[in-house]
Amino acid sequence: MIGARPERARTTGATAVGTERVPLLEMRGIRKRFGDLQALDGVDLVVNEGEIHALVGENGAGKTTLMNVLYGLYHPDSGTIRYRERDVRITGPRDAIALGIGMIHQHFMLVPPLTVAENVVLGDERGGPVLDDRAIEERVRGLEERFAIAVEPGARVEDIPLGLQQRVEILKVLYRGSELLIFDEPTAVLTPQEVDELFAIVRTLREEGKTLILITHKLREVMAVTDRITVLRGGRNAGELVTKQTTPAEIARAMVGREMKQLKARATPPRTEVILDVRGLEALSDRGSPALRGIDFEIRSGEILGIAGVGGNGQSELAQCLLGLRKVAAGTIRIGGIDISRDDPKRTRARGVAYVPEDRRIEGLVLAFTVADDFILGKQDRPPYAANGIVLDPAAILKAGGRLAVEYDVRPPNPRAIVANLSGGNQQKVVLGRELSERPKLIVVSQPTRGLDIAATEYVHERLLEQRGQGAAILLVSSELDEIRALSDRIAVMFEGRIVAVLDAASATEERLGLLMAGHTEAAA
Amino acid sequence: MTIDQLIGAGVLAATLRLATPILLAALGGVVSERAGVVNIALEGCMLVGAFFGVVAADQSHSVVVALVAAMAVGAGLAAIHAVAAIHLRSDQIVSGMALNILALGLTSYLDYQFYGTTGTPSDLAGVPDIEIAPLAAVPFVGDVIAHQNAIVWAGLALVVLIQVFLFRTVPGLRLRAVGEHPRAAETVGIAVRQTRYWAVIASGMLAALGGAYLSLSVAHSFTDGMTGGRGFIGLAAMIFGRWTPVGALVASLIFGYGTALSFSLQGASIGDVRVPVQLLSTLPYVLTILAVAGFVGRSRPPAADGIPYETEGHA
Repeated sequence: MIGARPERARTTGATAVGTERVPLLEMRGIRKRFGDLQALDGVDLVVNEGEIHALVGENGAGKTTLMNVLYGLYHPDSGTIRYRERDVRITGPRDAIALGIGMIHQHFMLVPPLTVAENVVLGDERGGPVLDDRAIEERVRGLEERFAIAVEPGARVEDIPLGLQQRVEILKVLYRGSELLIFDEPTAVLTPQEVDELFAIVRTLREEGKTLILITHKLREVMAVTDRITVLRGGRNAGELVTKQTTPAEIARAMVGREMKQLKARATPPRTEVILDVRGLEALSDRGSPALRGIDFEIRSGEILGIAGVGGNGQSELAQCLLGLRKVAAGTIRIGGIDISRDDPKRTRARGVAYVPEDRRIEGLVLAFTVADDFILGKQDRPPYAANGIVLDPAAILKAGGRLAVEYDVRPPNPRAIVANLSGGNQQKVVLGRELSERPKLIVVSQPTRGLDIAATEYVHERLLEQRGQGAAILLVSSELDEIRALSDRIAVMFEGRIVAVLDAASATEERLGLLMAGHTEAAA
Repeated sequence: MTIDQLIGAGVLAATLRLATPILLAALGGVVSERAGVVNIALEGCMLVGAFFGVVAADQSHSVVVALVAAMAVGAGLAAIHAVAAIHLRSDQIVSGMALNILALGLTSYLDYQFYGTTGTPSDLAGVPDIEIAPLAAVPFVGDVIAHQNAIVWAGLALVVLIQVFLFRTVPGLRLRAVGEHPRAAETVGIAVRQTRYWAVIASGMLAALGGAYLSLSVAHSFTDGMTGGRGFIGLAAMIFGRWTPVGALVASLIFGYGTALSFSLQGASIGDVRVPVQLLSTLPYVLTILAVAGFVGRSRPPAADGIPYETEGHA
């Protein structure tokens, strides 16, 4: 992975704090290999009792792998784990739970059709083989009162919002008497207000004497709530820091191994020509319920309009409507004055619309194809790739693939490589190369950096700003508020299928956006 | 055509009789799919249950031994499916279909080897009817349920038992969790694969009991392919019944009623028009297609149904 190993950003303060308290957990020299990938290459992690410990690093740094080792989901190839000053062997979640280690998973480990209480007690139901709903709901209610966490025990998990589902995950862990709680990217799916509520719970837990490990790559959260920090990079330790004595820049440097670039300020204002004009747009969701309830907006040439909102408020459907992937129930979509709301994707694209879909692995790419083949998807019936529209010209495809692979920095720049074998960042570069290489007028971009590391994220952002500079209109849907605020000229907030506000980027504070995203129109206006 | 031909006690009694094998297969399907394994080998399990029930009855002259043997062989066939589906993570449809073909060939071959062209012996120990004397005199009700076979009652009892097991017991909760979100189940220490093995094996036993019912309660003999797709209809009843035992019972009764009607309306006519019995006898199959195609309400299978579970880190 990362070859050269820059100096460690180890501070002396870490040991000073460490001596005051007994380490609750000591992981030493943990190694884990998956096929050709050395995911963990001798990682150490020391967590003191009663602290909130941040485990940070880029995607692929090994954070989640390390925690899965601790939780018994992976078996390490070598290394030792000491817990409460005893050597332990953790062969499965059962062992971890018995030791008092609990995990709040990033993808919630909840069974949607079961109730909150059933999910909490699942696997440790107590009280005989007969399931007594009332008794378990009472028990869960008692637990909620003790830790000041409110969720209706009798509600079905599939009926409650993500923020509450996360509380169920926390209750599950507390129910099992865990002393050490691992939070895996806990804020990824939450609104800013839900994040605040989560952090209130996190602090309460520390006051109750629990020890917490917080896996994250969001530095603001690290600074806000943690005591000490372990940084991983490329499966190795890249720093141990004390939160009070460090800065976000220092953490980021340890994570990336170099200084981060600053996005260039948006030099040019948007032009006057309106590229996309959407009026009264309505559409149904897959389930047949209204997903878009009358959407109006416009995007000008050289402008990025960010769409903020909690996932599932119509953002995906909006992007699909613009591309002709979803039936438009009412309203118009004009590109350069021409209504394309009834067009299929092929005709839409012919008007100069490009699309970077939210799930590149499902919608963006054919993973089994080569880089060159994925580059020409959608253009395969045109010269030079198919002279007569039927028979492909492999030589021309390969040549174009090689050129785009270099131009878009796909690593390795091999047009014959199978896309499934590329990293997420390089897969996204293939999508960008295909979508941006023909001077699109409108680019619909959905979650463009989801799951990408910092370097790849920077690359994507630069490319989008470059398109903006060339006069493209860009619709940016993202669940990362930082990304939206950094790139957008204006920000539209979607809530329940409507655009509830359009703000200038300058006036869109995180708090305002958060309130609007949660549906508080008056409060934020 | 008379009212009696439509909803007479005879028709309703026949409905119960005809619904029973479908019901037992459907219950097997419910148990297996609730745990996340699609078991279309239920048809084959029924068939081996029917055949080996007859063989064991012939050899032992004991109904109990015959039923135990039938269910054991059904469990064995299902266990092969379980190994393929759970351990080897193979395609569950392909594995199930292969076992159905195996069951058909094996029973046909062994039937010929054991009994040649003369057919199975006529003095087989059959599963007895249960006579409910106090009810026998009650008009209508008595005619419907006073003389039903023991396995019919067993099937109805199993509906209650499995319904309670799935929704009112701790093991049932765990089984459902395994079928919905196996990783979640594993992270709280539930043994996913083990649960699935038991569920698939139980489904084979249930289907085999349905097969034994056909050969030992109804026909008192074995003929090639005598299950005639009832295992598949059972799966349709399971879908129709939204993966619940009680729902499967209702669906099985509808299918059974359709078949019962096609018998009772033989030669009947409305005015001068003869009732097209042949067409009527397609009713269960038409209902099956509708159920499987999802035209009957929106029923949602368990979320992890048919998806092999791979433990993380062993990829």
